[in-house]
Amino acid sequence: MSMNSVGRQTTPQGSATDSAPSTATGNRALMLKEPLIFESGAYDRTGVDIPDAPEVKSRLGGLERDTVIGLPGLAEGETVRHYTRLSRQNYAIDLGLFPLGSCTMKHNPRLNEKVARMPGFADIHPLQPIHSVQGALRVIHELGEWLKKLTNMPAVSMSPKAGAHGELCGVLAIRSALEARGDAREVILVPTSAHGTNPATAAFAGYKVEDIPATEEGRVDLEALKARLGPDVAGVMITNPNTCGLFERDMKAISDAVHEAGGFVYCDGANFNAIVGRVRPGDLGVDAMHINLHKTFSTPHGGGGPGSGPVVFSEALAPFAPLPFVEEGDDGLLHIIEEETAQEHHDQSFGRMVAFHGQMGMFTRALTYMLSHGADGLRQVAEDAVLNANYVLRAMEDLIDAPFAGAGPCMHEALFSDDNFAEGFSTLDLAKGLIDEGFHPMTVFFPLVVHGAMLVEPTETESKAALDQFILAFRAVAERAIAGDESLKSAPHHAPLKRLDETQAARKPVLVWSDPEPQAEAAE
Amino acid sequence: MRYLPLTENDRTKMLARVGASSINDLFVDVPDAAVLDGPIHDLPNHASELAVERHMAKLASENSVAGNAPFFLGAGAYRHHVPASVDHIIQRGEFLTAYTPYQPEIAQGTLQMLFEFQTQVARLFGCDVANASMYDGSTACWEAIVMARRITRRGKALLSSGLHPHYVSVCQTMARFTKDDLRVSHPDFSGATDYDALIDQIDSDTSCIVVQYPDILGRIDDMTRLAERAAEHKALLIAVVTEPVALGAIKSPGEMGADIVVGEGQSIGVGLQFGGPYVGLFGCKQKYVRQMPGRLCGETVDADGERGYVLTLSTREQHIRREKATSNICTNSGLCALAFSVHMTLLGEAGLRRLAAVNHAMAVKTAERLEQIDGVSLVNDRFFNEFTVHLGRDARDIIRTLADRGILGGVSLGRLYPDAEELADGLVVAVTETTTDEDIEALAAGLEQALKEIAA
Repeated sequence: MSMNSVGRQTTPQGSATDSAPSTATGNRALMLKEPLIFESGAYDRTGVDIPDAPEVKSRLGGLERDTVIGLPGLAEGETVRHYTRLSRQNYAIDLGLFPLGSCTMKHNPRLNEKVARMPGFADIHPLQPIHSVQGALRVIHELGEWLKKLTNMPAVSMSPKAGAHGELCGVLAIRSALEARGDAREVILVPTSAHGTNPATAAFAGYKVEDIPATEEGRVDLEALKARLGPDVAGVMITNPNTCGLFERDMKAISDAVHEAGGFVYCDGANFNAIVGRVRPGDLGVDAMHINLHKTFSTPHGGGGPGSGPVVFSEALAPFAPLPFVEEGDDGLLHIIEEETAQEHHDQSFGRMVAFHGQMGMFTRALTYMLSHGADGLRQVAEDAVLNANYVLRAMEDLIDAPFAGAGPCMHEALFSDDNFAEGFSTLDLAKGLIDEGFHPMTVFFPLVVHGAMLVEPTETESKAALDQFILAFRAVAERAIAGDESLKSAPHHAPLKRLDETQAARKPVLVWSDPEPQAEAAE
Repeated sequence: MRYLPLTENDRTKMLARVGASSINDLFVDVPDAAVLDGPIHDLPNHASELAVERHMAKLASENSVAGNAPFFLGAGAYRHHVPASVDHIIQRGEFLTAYTPYQPEIAQGTLQMLFEFQTQVARLFGCDVANASMYDGSTACWEAIVMARRITRRGKALLSSGLHPHYVSVCQTMARFTKDDLRVSHPDFSGATDYDALIDQIDSDTSCIVVQYPDILGRIDDMTRLAERAAEHKALLIAVVTEPVALGAIKSPGEMGADIVVGEGQSIGVGLQFGGPYVGLFGCKQKYVRQMPGRLCGETVDADGERGYVLTLSTREQHIRREKATSNICTNSGLCALAFSVHMTLLGEAGLRRLAAVNHAMAVKTAERLEQIDGVSLVNDRFFNEFTVHLGRDARDIIRTLADRGILGGVSLGRLYPDAEELADGLVVAVTETTTDEDIEALAAGLEQALKEIAA
């Protein structure tokens, strides 16, 4: 079978496996082909009954639409069927283990969903009078208090819309604090073991970015960091636990050195679930840290978000936190401090990052999860996440390379590499082989400090039995990669589609559907 | 601890397998000074599902629910009816609990949906292409300005006075750090938007002109001439849409020549949710596609030649280009994009047009009714489902009085522009298909009475 087969096929071929006969429709029993809505819908079909508009004199002032928009509709039943069929072509945490390192996918309790849909939270407007939304402000306030206590940091901003947005919030606070003392520093240091968003964020905030190397152990090179610190360095962005799955042992020494040099310490808290309840970043000298609510506190990832990335701040950065935020007044009422009220007491705030108050729907889910686990449960979360990751590490290290296995226990994720695979076999082949075994692959090609990296994060919501099954599959596929089993190179063989041609997609991007007729004309 | 499957027996066995005598052995790298030896004492311990549900329900009950009152708030977030199937579909575990589709062979459901979403957004906006969503309208607006800077290599952006003040705030916050030069001004109570003033300011340093459509006061205008003038100076026209339902009734920004169109997709499929999560929409002309931020889904084929979808052009993204990335955006709003797309599929062209017609007609009815009240004058000549009334006194007082009577009467311009006294008398009123004749009457009666009382 050729990997280089190109050309758009409009008729399904139905070659389910190499030995199975084709079907006329391309369907395979319960796995059904699903056309695009643009191929099955019609512009005059609708799945919504909307009453006739009352007769009025139009006030659209000559701007009425006079062209076809091109939005096909489906009847209600067709719509449900279309998306249900699509959903069956997705792997999801509800189907099985999702060992994506540095991403964190774990059980999403349905209570969170139920609570987020209570009309008192779901059906309120961001600009309602504040006395009519006291319960919502209480959620934001309570959640903020939890985050402050869990991190031992005195202030929190709830507005960032995602982890990377939280990074931006932290870096802008650092920059504001430096500007307030008349100190125009230009450089942010980012260790190579940090998340890829970190350098992008620093650049997006107007900083120059310089890398700090990792030691052979996979941790920040403290001496290299110290050597680079100076009056031009605004701060350092550290991911802890880092993307090699290791705790930055020297975190306090790093913070002290950075502070000594007049800079600030940003910590990427995406991996907070490995230490929650056992380590408080405030005790390590961190000045700002975002917390991905959707990772540590389980809000569903939904195929790419929404996320939520509140940021906790040290005393030094707290005055610069963005608007809006919630504050309890002497009257016992909660108030939203925004442009109108900020002028009096919070004139150092660096401003607004989003139109409204952040991700309320995520806040209700995260708070629900926190209350369910409690302080004791969250501590157990960290312990079980770390235990599960080490269990996978030790079960694999005799078979495949584990670059930092000697550097101490791993935290929430275990790192492997393709060092001893047969010539020409990569982590991608292993990943596609795991798909055939019924597992979502681990993170591959990341972190960048390890060639052929594979990063496995089981999380705390996986049972020992689930891990044992995963290890069985992982070992079996790894053995094929080590032995040079050619069939692995064309995996997956049992997924809804065979291996997809990503090069063609990037070379000639087709990002929207276009009607076939004009396409045919263009070809002539 | 109902979410944790490991038993004490499992933990003991696993620790032995790992070669640790206790769990503390796995935390040896944590410095002593930072070790917590027990749960944080001033936080509660775990609670039952019933107890947590009760606590959260109590907090929910302390909010005035939009659906329980005559409700006229808009200004960037709109209350529309969302069909039950939308929520049913986004709660399917295979959508709800899937990750970013990094392994396309087992993520075709999400990928095909994103491809459909991109097409729907592009068509609605009148753009060639669209991305797979952004955080929200306000952050998408800033990303568009940065994109215009990358394309034109100029740093001056002209922001219309009709742009949502919170969007302006977000852009100003960011521009302070990136040194972009933003020109901003407050709106006034004229019926038309400020296109002439913007045209006068375009020069050879201008990267883009940013206009909202309909704008913060609900005004709509033909932006064709603005697009032409911008093009003459090789500047880009960015249009911002916070009420996409409007595009079911009025011309799209793309049709009128906008180069980049961004928007807030909350109106379609996503509820009010006190401000988030929402969904940022982002479309542009084909020639700018490689400068577009965020995730993109593209069509391709698999090894058998069958059509399939993948995330593409990721070389622009943070995980590859690090500090040279087009943007630092990582997560998008995939699930909200799904809600938008499902709702749009249910509506279809016919449904969207009907929905838009009802929205407009109810708004016209409301405006006509309010105009009859002494002391109330209508600012807008042309509008879709939102308009501004001048009350002759601070609208914040009126809003408060109305709220005390169970009427959520609109958004006061005083709240949106605290530093502009001349706008304090303005009230922005939004009307949708959820508004009933009784609601209109309640607002009119309440407003009439409130104006009399406060005058007295």
